[in-house]
Order: sequence, then C-alpha cells, then structure tokens
Amino acid sequence: MIAIHEIVEPFGRILTSAVPTSVVRAIERGGNANVFWAKIAGSGYLDALVSEEAGGAGLYGLSVHALWQELGRQIVPLPVGETMIARALLADAGVSAPNGSIALAVATPGQDVIVSLGRVADNVLVDDGSHLHLVHATRAHIEPTGIVGDLAARMHWDSFDGSIQIDQPECGLRAITAVLRAAQIAGAADHLVTVTAAYCNERIQFGKPIGRQQALQQSIAVMAEDALAARIASQIGCAAGLNPPLAAVACAKSVASASAARIAAIAHAAHGAIGISLEHDLQLYTRRLHEWRLSEGSEAYWNNLLGGERLQSCEGTIDFARLHCS
Amino acid sequence: MFNNLNLVALPPEHEELRLGIRALIADTITDLPSDRRARSWAGFDADFSRRLGAEGYLGLTLPKAYGGGERGPFARFIVVEELLSAGAPVAAHWIADRQSAPLILNFGTEEQRQAFIPRICKGQLFFCIGMSEPGAGSDLASVRTRAERTQTGWRLNGQKIWTTNAMHSDYMIALVRTTGTAADRQNGLSQLIIDLKSPGVTIRPVVDLAGDAHFAEVFFTDVDLPHEALIGAEGEGWRQVLAELAFERSGPERIYSSVVLMDAWIRHLQAVGRKDSGTRMLVGDLTARLGVLRAMSIACTARLEAGESPVVEASLVKDLGTSFEQELPLRIGDDLAAHPDEPVDAELHRTLLYVTHLAPSFSLRGGTREILRGIIARGIGLR
Repeated sequence: MIAIHEIVEPFGRILTSAVPTSVVRAIERGGNANVFWAKIAGSGYLDALVSEEAGGAGLYGLSVHALWQELGRQIVPLPVGETMIARALLADAGVSAPNGSIALAVATPGQDVIVSLGRVADNVLVDDGSHLHLVHATRAHIEPTGIVGDLAARMHWDSFDGSIQIDQPECGLRAITAVLRAAQIAGAADHLVTVTAAYCNERIQFGKPIGRQQALQQSIAVMAEDALAARIASQIGCAAGLNPPLAAVACAKSVASASAARIAAIAHAAHGAIGISLEHDLQLYTRRLHEWRLSEGSEAYWNNLLGGERLQSCEGTIDFARLHCS
Repeated sequence: MFNNLNLVALPPEHEELRLGIRALIADTITDLPSDRRARSWAGFDADFSRRLGAEGYLGLTLPKAYGGGERGPFARFIVVEELLSAGAPVAAHWIADRQSAPLILNFGTEEQRQAFIPRICKGQLFFCIGMSEPGAGSDLASVRTRAERTQTGWRLNGQKIWTTNAMHSDYMIALVRTTGTAADRQNGLSQLIIDLKSPGVTIRPVVDLAGDAHFAEVFFTDVDLPHEALIGAEGEGWRQVLAELAFERSGPERIYSSVVLMDAWIRHLQAVGRKDSGTRMLVGDLTARLGVLRAMSIACTARLEAGESPVVEASLVKDLGTSFEQELPLRIGDDLAAHPDEPVDAELHRTLLYVTHLAPSFSLRGGTREILRGIIARGIGLR
C-alpha cells in the first residue's frame, strides 16, 4: 500500500516543473498549451483513476483527493483532473480515450454553458442529462467569456449526433466534477493561507510586521479554519469514489464553495492594494477560487439538494451526518 | 497547514457501544422535554451519571487497572456523540471523565490514582474545575488564589468563579499560586485537589440568564489541605493545564451543543410539511456544515488516539464548531419568525430561546474565541 505522499509528491514536482505561474500567465494571455500538456500527459498520472485492469493506477479516495488538491494548489491551467475523470469513465465503458485534454460540461443541445478550461481543452465530455458525449472542442460554438485571464469558455453544441456516447454515472457528471472543484478549492486555499501568513510576517507598517496586529491575526485564523474545513469537506466527497452519493457531494461542494468566497476576501484584505494588481500572483488564485465556487453548483445549489434529502429522512441530525456525510 | 488532520472513519469495533448507550438512554431519559435536553452537557443528573458508570460508559479512555474501559478516544467519541445527540444530562460526571481523571492518571501519584480514578469511572465521584477568578479569566496566569505550605500540608485562601457544578461536586481541581508573586505569571502555579466539604469552603451558586444555577462562586478562607492535595510537582500547574487543553477543546461537545434544537426544528418542518427551496437551502447549509464539523472532530480524535496533543487543531475545530453552534439558533429563529402564521409549539419555542440566550457562552467557555484565534494565528506562523 503506497503512502499518499509518495503518490502526490512526484505529481507535484511534475506540475511545478511543467506549469509554474509564469506558464499559467502565458497560457492566460493566449499562449499555446500543447507542450505543457504533453509534459503532464507523459507522466502517466492522467490514468490515475482508470482501473488497474484497464491499465491505470486504480486510485480512489484520499489518494485522488491529494492529486486533485495539488491541481488546485498549483492552479494548473489545464484540465488535468477533468481528463482523469473522463479517462476513467471512458475506460469503464470500454472506450479508448482520445489523445489530448478533456474538459467536462453539463449541457443539452443548444444550451449555452460556461466550461472551465474550455479555451484550452482539446475535447469535452458533455452530460446532456441522459448520456455522456465525447466531442472534439472544434465541434462547439465557442466564445471567450471576455474576462481577463479567464480560461473558461462559453460553449454550446447544436447536437451530439455522431459523438462517442457512454452511459452517465448514476450521480451525473456534475456531481463528480463538483467534488474535483471542492478539492481544487482546498488546494488553492491551503496555498493562500501559507502565502498570506508569510506576507503578514514580511510586510512592515508602524514599525512592525502587520501580522502582529490582532485584527489581522483573527482574520488569518478564520482563513485557516475555512481552509481546513474545505479540505475535510472535499475529502468527504472524494472518499465516496467515482459515483458519490448526493449528501457526500453536497457537503464537499457546499462547504468548500462557501469557504472559497471568504478565503479570497481575507487574502485580499491582508495583502492590501498590491493584491489587486495583475502583476501580483494573488489574483491568479483568488480568481480561480471564485470560478470553482460558482462551477458545478454553488453552495446554495447543493444546500437545496441536501436539504431536500434531509427533510425526507426520519433520522436525527447526527445519525444523518454519520450515515450520509462521512 | 495542519496536514495531520484528515478524514478518518470511526473503527467498526467500537460501534456496538452505540447500540448499548442508546438502549440505556431510551431506558432513562426519553421523557425529558427538548428544552431540558437542550441544556446538553450542562444538564445535571447524579443518578444518570451513576448509572452510566455502573454500566461501563465512563472512563473509556482510562486503564482497566483503575476501573476504566481502556478502549481509547474513538470509543469515548461514540458514547459522547450519542449522549449529546439525545441531550442526556451528563454534567455530573463530565469534567471528571473528560479531564480530571486523565490529569490524575498522567500527573498523579499511585495513591491519588487509586483514590480517585476507580470511583470516577463508576460515576460516584464528581469533580469541578477551579480556574477563573474575578480578576483572572482569559488571563489565567494571573490567578491570585494562593496555597501556602503548612506543617500538615497547605492552607488555601482565595476565590474561584464560573465554577460549573461546584455545589454538586465532591472535589475541585484548582489552579493556584504556590510560590512567587503575580509577576511570575505561569511560574509558581500548581494544581490542588480540594475536598469541597473542607471547613472554610463556601459555595455560592450563580444563576444564569435562563434561570439555571450551574455556575458558582467558591470562596476559600484558611482551608487546610493535606500534602497529598498537590497533583504532580509544585510549580507544574501551568504545564498540566496546557496538557489538558487538547482533551478539553477537541471533543464533539464543541460542535453539538445546539443539536437538540436542530432536531426539534427539523421535526417541526416535517410536521408542518414545509419543504420550499428556501427551507431546503437552510436545512442543507446547516446539515453540510455539521457533517464536515463532525469529520473534523473525528480527525482530531484520531490524533488523540495516536497519542498526540493537537492543541492548535483542537482550537481550530472548537472555534469553527462554536461559531456553528451559535449561528444555529439565530438562523432557526429567523426561519420560524419568517413564518409568523405557522404554529410553533411551546416546547420548540422554549428550546429555541434557551439555546439563543445561552449561545454566547459557547465561545466563552473553554477558551474564548479571541484567545483561540490568537493561538491559531501563532500556529500558522504569525509572529
């Protein structure tokens, strides 16, 4: 049984080498992503979730969480986690995966949707409510969102005719993607706690580091609480595997989404004006926290679904948490 | 940060405790109305505590050699979770079981262990904590209650306040100054086991804003104590208090204080058939957060099980947990009052207002929010 850190540390090094923040910025400015994708694809990690029988690593649970969290920590500007999910679903269906990256989307024909990393993905796996369709990105009507640095795209498909079609997972693609987003939020959040604390120790005002101000200490403590909650929440989502129950997904995405918003706000508050500049790296993380919060259902979406399930249950609160949210 | 806290499943071998404790609870306290059960771990019932002890539900983390169950923190978590879920009145044995017995085990002499731990495990001996004083709350190192050495042991003078259940307890474990002056702060402090029946001890209940008298002021006027009242070495008091903190702050009582209200409210929603999207979103929000808090509390318990003392992590979970506990009655109150023509029964109304009124105390007891956040900030590396 390999220890989780032995799985994630090499992955982290590959990502740091392939997509440092300079590359993130270059891709955001419209640079070509192919050479960077090739470095990651060559690592074998894209088949991390594919079953061992199908030639993958068969990873699940907290190992997968660690990999997905790392994607968030390093704000990887390529649909690596999405491709891991897609390749596992395709392998389960006995379909060989295409070369290139695969983004994930939920859309019916003609429906305009915002697809994370749609600007840089080679393919998209689309859940139309009854099946999953693998389509090449060129088949979509695609427009940038017009938001500076945004790698998401507005996409719609006239139809999915002729695409490779596989069964939906029982939970639907949105749920699995939501868990990925929760783990990405956790990774970026953890990074921000570290860099914000470091900044507060370095930035001198009134003759001392701003981290000595009790008001800031209180805020940073809240930030750390939220970051830890996002991590544990996203672990709950990942522990349930590739067909997670609603309650597990809802806990993961609801708590992580709410945390994301507060963490971004505190990070900016602590950094002051410099954090609003494009040149400073903070915005690379906080823009993504907001994107991931809003992607695949914000906290209100999942709260609504979880609340419906809770109200239909005769179980007490703690029993419900114990049986469905852990 | 805090990478040692991760999602962990409760081990299956302790789950049978859950069935046993539920049966005992069903046998003893189902007739208690929800507003009484909302007192949660502040509810006192000496007979109930004695019954828990007799049936082996106390001292679960303590060695069998001293009458404990020797099953560890996960086992205790399961039993405590069930007791809190039911709003069972656990106050009588709570302090003794949670921290006094472990303190005596870790720092006491063999005589002290034999004298106290078996009876604590049986639910026959009740302890309270003497820490706060009128002039020393968050600044605990400034306590002024003083014990001077005498021929026969110690002579104690001073005062403690906000001592939960002093009037019903057999012993107090108090943090007092034994050498030096207030300027020495953490140095020169010791913990003493005080027999509350000793001459010179006066206990005056303090009634809280809900009309309950579980707090007390305790006055010591020339109270003579034997040498053996001292726990551990003289001057070791501060270190002992720090060692208790992870136990005191990491438990599920820091997330479940409002759960009786939450259950009562959800039963109300189900009874009146309210399930519109606004209601669902509120129920889902509170449910998701509680689910994650539970997982965080279990993650802390896993560290205790591994023999660690996760003080910063416990502070983090306590702060997040108590914030949730406090928000719950406010959100529920807003929800019920947003439907003023929806009938709310008297018991739910009392339960809501009890928890609402007492909620500020959730982030005061066991270390105030502001102090804990300072501890967390230092734990993150802020200088």
